[in-house]
Amino acid sequence: MSLTTTPAAGGHDGVHEPVFVGDTRARLEQYFTLYPTKQACLLPALWMVQEARGWISEPAIGEVAEVLGVTPAYVKGVVTFYTMYHTHPVGRHFIQVCTTTPCGLCGAEDTVRALLQQTGCGDLGATSPDGRFTVVEVECLGACGFPTPIVVDDADFIESVTPDKVPEILARYP
Amino acid sequence: MGFPYPSDPRETVVLSKYFGDAGARSFDGWTQRGGYEGLKKALTMTPETIIDEVKLSGLRGRGGAGFPTGLKWSFMPKGDGKPHYLVCNADESEPGTFKDREIMRWTPHGLIEGCAIGAYAIGAERCYIYIRGEFTDPWREMTQAVAEAYARGALGADAFGSGQRIDIVLHRGAGAYICGEETALMNSIEGKRGNPRIKPPFPAQAGLFALPTTINNVETLAAVPHIMVRGGEWYKSLCLSNPKSTGTKLISVCGQIQRPGNYEITMGTPMKELIYDMCGGLRPGRTLKAVIPGGSSVPIMNAVEAESCLMDYEGLVAAGSMLGSAGMIVMDDTADMVYQIWRLARFYAHESCAQCTQCREGTAWTTRILERILAGKGTDTDFQLLLDLADNMTGKTICVLSDSCAAPVVSGIQKFRGEFEAYISGSRQPVVAGV
Amino acid sequence: MADELVNVTIDGARISVPKGMTIIEAAKQAGVLVPHYCYHPSLPSPAVCRMCLVEVEKAPKLMPACVTTVAEGQVVHVNSEGAKKARQGVLEFLLINHPLDCPICDQSGECELQDYTFQEGRAGSRYGDYAKRYNPVEDFGPDILYVANRCILCTRCVRFMDDVAETPVLNVSERGDRAYIGIAEEQLLDHPWAGNVVDLCPVGSLLSKDFLHKARAWDLDKSASICPGCSQGCNMTIDTRDEVVVRLRPRPNMDVNRHFMCDHGRMNYRWLNRGDRIEAPLLRESPAGRHVASDWDTALDRVGQIVRDAEGPAVILASGRASVESLALVRMLVDRLTVTAVVRVPLGDEAPLAGIANLALRAERAPNADGAELVGYSRDWAGGLRAAANAAVVIVLDAELDEADTAALAGIPGELVVLGTVAHDWVRQAAVVLPITTFAEENGTFVNRDRRVQRFQQARSQPGMARPAWWVASEVLAGPGPDADVPSTAAEAFDMVAERYPVFAGLSHADIGFGGRTLAAEAGATR
Repeated sequence: MSLTTTPAAGGHDGVHEPVFVGDTRARLEQYFTLYPTKQACLLPALWMVQEARGWISEPAIGEVAEVLGVTPAYVKGVVTFYTMYHTHPVGRHFIQVCTTTPCGLCGAEDTVRALLQQTGCGDLGATSPDGRFTVVEVECLGACGFPTPIVVDDADFIESVTPDKVPEILARYP
Repeated sequence: MGFPYPSDPRETVVLSKYFGDAGARSFDGWTQRGGYEGLKKALTMTPETIIDEVKLSGLRGRGGAGFPTGLKWSFMPKGDGKPHYLVCNADESEPGTFKDREIMRWTPHGLIEGCAIGAYAIGAERCYIYIRGEFTDPWREMTQAVAEAYARGALGADAFGSGQRIDIVLHRGAGAYICGEETALMNSIEGKRGNPRIKPPFPAQAGLFALPTTINNVETLAAVPHIMVRGGEWYKSLCLSNPKSTGTKLISVCGQIQRPGNYEITMGTPMKELIYDMCGGLRPGRTLKAVIPGGSSVPIMNAVEAESCLMDYEGLVAAGSMLGSAGMIVMDDTADMVYQIWRLARFYAHESCAQCTQCREGTAWTTRILERILAGKGTDTDFQLLLDLADNMTGKTICVLSDSCAAPVVSGIQKFRGEFEAYISGSRQPVVAGV
Repeated sequence: MADELVNVTIDGARISVPKGMTIIEAAKQAGVLVPHYCYHPSLPSPAVCRMCLVEVEKAPKLMPACVTTVAEGQVVHVNSEGAKKARQGVLEFLLINHPLDCPICDQSGECELQDYTFQEGRAGSRYGDYAKRYNPVEDFGPDILYVANRCILCTRCVRFMDDVAETPVLNVSERGDRAYIGIAEEQLLDHPWAGNVVDLCPVGSLLSKDFLHKARAWDLDKSASICPGCSQGCNMTIDTRDEVVVRLRPRPNMDVNRHFMCDHGRMNYRWLNRGDRIEAPLLRESPAGRHVASDWDTALDRVGQIVRDAEGPAVILASGRASVESLALVRMLVDRLTVTAVVRVPLGDEAPLAGIANLALRAERAPNADGAELVGYSRDWAGGLRAAANAAVVIVLDAELDEADTAALAGIPGELVVLGTVAHDWVRQAAVVLPITTFAEENGTFVNRDRRVQRFQQARSQPGMARPAWWVASEVLAGPGPDADVPSTAAEAFDMVAERYPVFAGLSHADIGFGGRTLAAEAGATR
């Protein structure tokens, strides 16, 4: 399989540009030294794909499989197990909101409503018409003492988000 | 301390002493605060004496199971010539629990030190710290601290000039509650789906990469340097009730409470003191209805049980629940118990790994029945059905996720049956489940 | 060295079994079948279906019989109240999302979900009117469909591809009750041994397109047989419906093919249903004349005459899928002459099943080339053809002849006798054409590449007047008139072979049974 010419399935952007070239390849090689098997580098490799592309497409799965010496089906089984990996394109900014019991007791649902309304996403999992945001509800983010926590773009962990703080937070993500 | 609130004099601050103190995050800051003395001392001891000291301290696993740490370390084979691994479980994901996050955020070097001592004690050259994917701040702090620890010679080929090689590798999870289960976590590090494994073999025989492995929780390992410095006897003396529960324990208090946060108490502190004194009690005008004391997987306690129990492994078992991961979810009289139990069931249905039949199908079915009750369409036979499903889901699967889903359902029906009946009879307005 | 034995009691039966054996296997020896789904003796056990939970005295909870090993003095209750309730619970959980579309399911009648539910499931469902999980049917590969809705996630198929075929093209995707068996777009389930996932699937979730909606399981007649596809000699079952072969499936034999057979063998059955069979003996009226149908006595007389009158060498051109009995007795027919006997062994690519030692689709695509060798045939086909040019009599025993072969046989001076199944054009050259049965229409034996002699059983009736070739040969040998010494069964024919060829001495069909027997290695034997 040639990585650069695999036609993309399901309407995504045609040609898959390899992720693991240059610095990214070097970073992956660095990971190879930290584990006794290449397969163990699967989670780090998938994180690299998501950082680079925002989501993990079918051709990207093929590329990861090839660089790690496993099959695409194997990679797919792993990708779909972990909820933080996106198997579909998402908005420019991806917002995860915790609504599990402790946060739910403290008004997480109001925060979710505020986020859905003010981002224009309307529904959970939907991307806003301007492509700027996707909001999803997630299970426990592990900051139950700071309701309601949200994670933006897999990078910024913001505690104690109440509906009144939503406008200011969204403004940080153009 | 009850970060972000000031420390309460009734706390015993050992692990949480520097929560909120950004200066403690750097190598120098940590050293200035007495850090790395535990590791330096440990490197002058033999692995056996370290294990003996930990055994003496009575330290037990802080992740939920409460297994004696020194004993666990002693299960590792000696002189087998194989690589050994230490794995630090930083996948903190039990709803209600957020203590490990604070340890990593504020005192990353404290955890590094604990990991290094543990690795040395069990003959492991490498320690993997598995940090859940959502913990972006802890990940950043730990990444920086590990790099610094290598640069300053605390880690690497010759830790503090001892000639001992100690490596720490950070591994990032990607969103799966079940990876907090030790064998699922090992699968996840190996690049697999986070499916729990059948035991035997136990990790000490065949764990990570099928090699002898010990896996400890963040809080457990973070306590070890203090035991090294101040001695097992000292740690053991921190005990207010049952001698099998020693040391301090970080209790993550959350939910409907005045001052949520992490409170470090001496084992055996009455829960009443924690709730009403340290945490400032409930919100004005509210009364206590229920407490889930050990993370969402343990049986729910009603107010009477909660107000009379002691916070340690045995005290909570005596009260019909468990200390678990010590994530304490407090609910006041406004809490809708049916709704909250449904929300927990939904959590488990979402997180089931799909291996065992009872868990895969049972968690989802339980959620649907509760949903139906909330929608005002429940029937009297639903009690029997829920309890029977719970029985079929308890003690029958590879791991305890299925049991964890059943526990709040069973205790909820036992203790708050009236609320279920109100939905079924129509005396309570139906709610549409979900947001 | 004998295995160390431990004594266990299973549902009251006291047995001694080797240490290290699982409870589920030990129970079989006690005559107790522990219901199970994910467990399979030829796959690693993940203990995920939780169907095989049994009560073990002194254990704190029910134990999965598939991964729990026996221990001295262990007392196991497979049918205790607690174990039964647990199984009933599993069945109920498995059924809540199951479509219960048994009337249109190929697996119906041989479905383990049906069987165990029938045996000990609840009479009704408590699931109520919730919607069931729905996923579309997926095309997994050349012969395999995945009906996700029927899947019970036992993962046998995934483990077969991971651990046995060592080609992990299947996965478990998603988690919780959303999980299903997944495949990647760019890599289909087209492995040469992929068809086994259909047999392994305990429910009707993985289906063979070839067998799709072809027959109901309860209408099938099953016969123990041996795959004629190559020299491996996989044990198999021939499924027929109204005398038509509709499916070939592996029959477990732990020494030969465990529980598997390859797709080449599996699909190699359509020729057994051919309609253009030779159904009566044909005799040529004059050297240049036409064939006319005859009765057996006339035809046998004619062959006897040809063989008796022959002056000069004889040649036998035989098929590599003729039985030991037929090959040997036809060979004995011309024993008094100088004989060149050869078998045709077509060649193909070898396709091993990576995870099982000594199991492959073999390059030699004939089941009995080694058996032929033991009764005096060589693989030197070209040599046989050369010898035919000067032979007084040439016997073709169901060999498939290509154009070059028929050209070589055209105009040979000797008499041509064909024992055949299909009326090819070239049989017109023969003085006598005798209708014989295929391996599916007779009893007999093959010897595989590891010198294992294995029996196959008749699976369908012979067409018209066709008879086994060994019967034809023995009748000719006996000559006209009543003779008590003519074998009337394949077993008796085999006894004749055993008398004549020391390598089979002392063996009989009864000894061989349906598991097969490995022949002692001959001193100095070469292959």
